[in-house]
Amino acid sequence: MSKLIMNRRGLLRSSAILGAGLATPTIFTGRAWSQSYTNEPTGDTVTLGFNVPQTGAYADEGADELRAYQLAVEHLNGEGDGGMLNTFSSRALEGAGINGKKVAYVTGDTQTKSDAARASATRMIERDGAIMITGGSSSGVAVAVQSLCQEMGVIFMAGLTHSNDTTGKDKKANGFRHFFNAYMSAAALAPVLKEEYGTDRKAYHLTADYTWGWTQEESIAAATEALGWETTAKVRTPLGAGDFSQYLTPVLNSGADVLILNHYGRDMVNSLTQAVQFGLKNKQVNGKNFEIVVPLYSELMAQGAGEAVKGILGSANWDWKLTDEGTQALTRSFGAKYGFPPSQAAHTCYVQTLLYADAAQRAGSFNPCAIAEALEGFDFDGLGNGPTLYRAADHQCFKDVLVVRGKENPENQYDLLEVVQIVPSAQVTYEPDNPMFAGGDLGTCNPGA
Amino acid sequence: MDAIVLQILNGLDKGSAYALIALGLTLIFGTLGVVNFAHGALFMLGAFVAVTIRSLLTLEMVALSETETTAWGTPLEVRTPYVEAWFGDFGATLINWSVPVSILIAIPFMLMVGLIMERGLIKHFYKRPHADQILVTFGLAIVLQEIIKAWFGANPIPQPAPDALRGMVDLGAALGQQAGNIVYPLWRFVYFGFAIAVIGAVFAFLQFTTFGMVVRAGMADRETVGILGIDIDRRFTWMFGLAAVVAGVAGVMYTPILSPDYHLGMDFLVLSFVVVVVGGMGSLPGAVAAGFMLGILQSFASMNEVKAIFPGIDQIIIYLVAVIVLLIRPRGLMGHKGVMET
Repeated sequence: MSKLIMNRRGLLRSSAILGAGLATPTIFTGRAWSQSYTNEPTGDTVTLGFNVPQTGAYADEGADELRAYQLAVEHLNGEGDGGMLNTFSSRALEGAGINGKKVAYVTGDTQTKSDAARASATRMIERDGAIMITGGSSSGVAVAVQSLCQEMGVIFMAGLTHSNDTTGKDKKANGFRHFFNAYMSAAALAPVLKEEYGTDRKAYHLTADYTWGWTQEESIAAATEALGWETTAKVRTPLGAGDFSQYLTPVLNSGADVLILNHYGRDMVNSLTQAVQFGLKNKQVNGKNFEIVVPLYSELMAQGAGEAVKGILGSANWDWKLTDEGTQALTRSFGAKYGFPPSQAAHTCYVQTLLYADAAQRAGSFNPCAIAEALEGFDFDGLGNGPTLYRAADHQCFKDVLVVRGKENPENQYDLLEVVQIVPSAQVTYEPDNPMFAGGDLGTCNPGA
Repeated sequence: MDAIVLQILNGLDKGSAYALIALGLTLIFGTLGVVNFAHGALFMLGAFVAVTIRSLLTLEMVALSETETTAWGTPLEVRTPYVEAWFGDFGATLINWSVPVSILIAIPFMLMVGLIMERGLIKHFYKRPHADQILVTFGLAIVLQEIIKAWFGANPIPQPAPDALRGMVDLGAALGQQAGNIVYPLWRFVYFGFAIAVIGAVFAFLQFTTFGMVVRAGMADRETVGILGIDIDRRFTWMFGLAAVVAGVAGVMYTPILSPDYHLGMDFLVLSFVVVVVGGMGSLPGAVAAGFMLGILQSFASMNEVKAIFPGIDQIIIYLVAVIVLLIRPRGLMGHKGVMET
């Protein structure tokens, strides 16, 4: 008969084995081991992360984005009038959350600074369990956060970002952009510029010295040169220059008869206002009227520039005055809730939320790779831009682009721009290997965890 | 030739704003010995006095249209400014001249802000190191700009110049050039003239009044003036108020040039400090001269011909000059001997 002899070493070894054995089921069913992707929702809610500028120069635009996100969440959860869910061509969403889970959200402040935006996105993913990050009003921020989301294994649905680089050299498999880009602005504007101002023009560029400005300048210069226009000068201006007088006075006697302001936000407000003060709008050069072009317009910036925007051509992603059903549904919903119409920034953010939710619903999963697959090559309509394609090759939406002009006699402060032409999607579509978008690699989807 | 004249005009115009802010800064440093990082915020506050006055003058009566509706289904609002409804053409003129009219309000308002700031906060830091003064005034500047942002939003708010002062001045023929070759906005000439008038008034006040004489004596030797039984601290408090008024009215008149937003003060603050350092801490003529000089240099550095040789020079020229001046003459161009030299 054997005797059970238990010494100290044996007791310790046995305890360790027993402990590991008892713990094994918990380890493999715990959050870290059971998740097949980052922040897989386990309760009855799913959390989205809205990363918008709540402080800093674009705080007003960020506030409008946040309003749109809150409205989208209401509609996804079956509250309110449903907005664009009623006009969306996909009928997967029924106002009962996503995949049976109620939609919740957390917010972060990008401050329109890349490092701050990455920190707030990290916080929302790691601490708040956000399954998707969306928002922003700057291409620099979008590129930085998109890269972070790729590393952390969550989907990034970009907000307002217009640089070619976002879905060009900096594109990522986990990132998706609904907003149009600098190439599309140029491609849409060029025929209108030809029609309005002819083919014998000399253009002078003032360009914000960062990623968006560079790609905007490259795109519009290429498009106008293809018309036969000559580029007189390309002058880079520091971001936030304030007083642009020293950059505008050389334009006066440069021989140029068109000034192209590749500026956005506060820079656009200031450079455009001051260009008008310097008499450029009423000037005659080379026997022609001097013209000013703002390739990317924003309603909020147009309000800042006041009367200076009158008659100035530019492009936009969307306008609340469009007459399609989708636009009217969003404008009605947003206007009833907040008392004024949505901006194009609000529109793109609202649509991105719906597109994400729809993709998750169709995929039947929140796995980023399943959602990416559902979004890639997705054709849809009813969201305000006509028939739209989310191209698989670069995760860029292809849709109609608006050429707009500052209205001469606006009826109210929200009626500053008039739509001159709706340029069809085919005219602004480019091949994925277009040199302006070269150098990047989409890579493969990262589910994280 | 035309390009050079235009850049000189730009420089004078830019220099006017630098000189006005720097004048107040150096006045405070010269009298109270305080490095006031909230001075840019005073410029911004002045600009928002103009915004407020225009907002008040354009307050509207709102009537709901019985026939028209908005795109989201609510009745359309028909708006008419009260001032126009009450005073007719005079009301319309008042709105048109809202920026110059704002100066009348900005003077007492900024004086009050300056006095409250000095008595309520700054005076507690007279005997503290400059680093403490910088921290507390910089903190105050941030608080003020956040209040403005919370109240007025983050977007710039345009303030038009009066119609009569909005056009262009053609200097081409007067300077022997082709007519139309040298044109410059009229309001920018107005701003330059206004700056010269304010600077002249401050110098005259200090030079030709008894109050100014006592202040100058106090700046030279505070203790001796105190021994003579003069309450120099009280006079210096008023000088702080005067500096706030100068910054405030400079901000009011700048609004048609640069649509004000909450960040306006910070844009000018750093440059104005460089102007003060180059001119000489505590030297009033130095601040004015350096303001105009650096404004002109900055404009010339932005010329395409110059940037073709030295790319990016427009963004560093002011700091480059400051470094050179500090290396060669630490007290600044017109600074008093011993100031900032130890």
